[in-house]
Amino acid sequence: MASFLRSTKLVAKLTQGPTKCFSRNYADQMNFTFAAANQIFYANKNIKQVDVPSFSGSFGILPNHVPTLAVLRPGVVTVYEDEGTSKKIFVSSGTITVNEDSSVQVLAEEAHPIEDIDGSAARQVLQEAQSQLSTASGDVAKAEAAIAVEVAEALVLAAGN
Amino acid sequence: MMMISKPTTMVVCLKGAATGQQQNRNMATLKQISMRLKSVTNIQKITQSMKMVSAAKYARAERELRQARPYGEGVRAFFEKSGATEAVETGDDNKLIVAITSDRGLCGAVHTNVAKTIRNELSNESVESPQSKVFCVGDKSRALLQRLYAQNIAVVANEVGRKPPTFLDASKVANELVQLNFNSGKIVFNRFKTVVSYQTEEVPLLSAKTMLAAPKLQLYDSIDQGVMESYQEFTVAALLYYTMKESACSEQSSRMTAMDNASKNAAEMIGKLTLTFNRTRQAVITRELIEIISGAAALE
Repeated sequence: MASFLRSTKLVAKLTQGPTKCFSRNYADQMNFTFAAANQIFYANKNIKQVDVPSFSGSFGILPNHVPTLAVLRPGVVTVYEDEGTSKKIFVSSGTITVNEDSSVQVLAEEAHPIEDIDGSAARQVLQEAQSQLSTASGDVAKAEAAIAVEVAEALVLAAGN
Repeated sequence: MMMISKPTTMVVCLKGAATGQQQNRNMATLKQISMRLKSVTNIQKITQSMKMVSAAKYARAERELRQARPYGEGVRAFFEKSGATEAVETGDDNKLIVAITSDRGLCGAVHTNVAKTIRNELSNESVESPQSKVFCVGDKSRALLQRLYAQNIAVVANEVGRKPPTFLDASKVANELVQLNFNSGKIVFNRFKTVVSYQTEEVPLLSAKTMLAAPKLQLYDSIDQGVMESYQEFTVAALLYYTMKESACSEQSSRMTAMDNASKNAAEMIGKLTLTFNRTRQAVITRELIEIISGAAALE
């Protein structure tokens, strides 16, 4: 029965014009790319939803999201795959691009699955960053240390989850 | 023996006048040939080991490039989909060209091709129009462009090519680049195709201003100056990272081919030199024999 239904669907799809097919594809699909300089997680894959942390607040992206640009904040990106599984990946910084054809690019400087994060090492990094912030002199050094603290805090938070 | 020695003695006698000189020269060439043979063999050893090294480096660069490709495509997707690249051609002043090369030579024409593309670009500029700036990544592009376009070179980045490029390298370059305050620009690099081929290409480099002027930008939601600036800075770094990876891979593959060719040429030279060496040695032996025999024949 199911196969019969599928075949009728296929026939219906085939009888529709190519433009119809095209627009249908865009209606419920998301061309998702998630890459970091160290690893590629998704390349033009179709997924259900992705939650991203950005400087203008965390938000979820579903297919057909309004086109936007945003800058990634250190934090955890959650990807809900088509099969129902979800994946949590820590990102340090990067960009989010949602285009009008429903293609989404999340590009990070560095990204790792949160399972790979060592909690105690993350806390140590945070401590080092905090001590660096307190000793930093000069605007640039201070800003750099503040960023390090921000990333380390996000790391600890991600490792705790 | 005696029968044939008669004409030979005559021949030797004829040659006799020149023998001393020629023998001297022959002795010298024998030594010279053996010296050349030795040096060519050494060169072959060097080129062979360089080939092995670059083959190993190439394998790594290719693996890393496969990771970086979707990254580069992801960056470029926004450029194409927002139509921002079309806006670039209109803005003509304060242009910036980034040359992606390395410090290392002996790799075919990869660096020359990049320099040639830029040279063509610069030669089209008239003197009175504002001159484009060139950002040289790697000493080779600087060396190739310095003679004619020294005043165009704005920044040179050194120490490129010994190790595979990292995102940190790219962000260092991007940091310098953003400070140059360009309106529009491009990155010239070698896109890796296969082990034996690469193509010199350019990708547009957009400033925050040109990005904000993109024709389809009003479709995009919640964009302000701050977001755009951060977005543009990261985009520049990501693009540089991608192009550096492409260039590094092309360079290693090209070096591999170049060193393979050099080894083959050296092998050919060794073959020819060995042949000449043996022939000369045999000639010397033959002549000495003839001299002994003719001397003995003259005594009889």
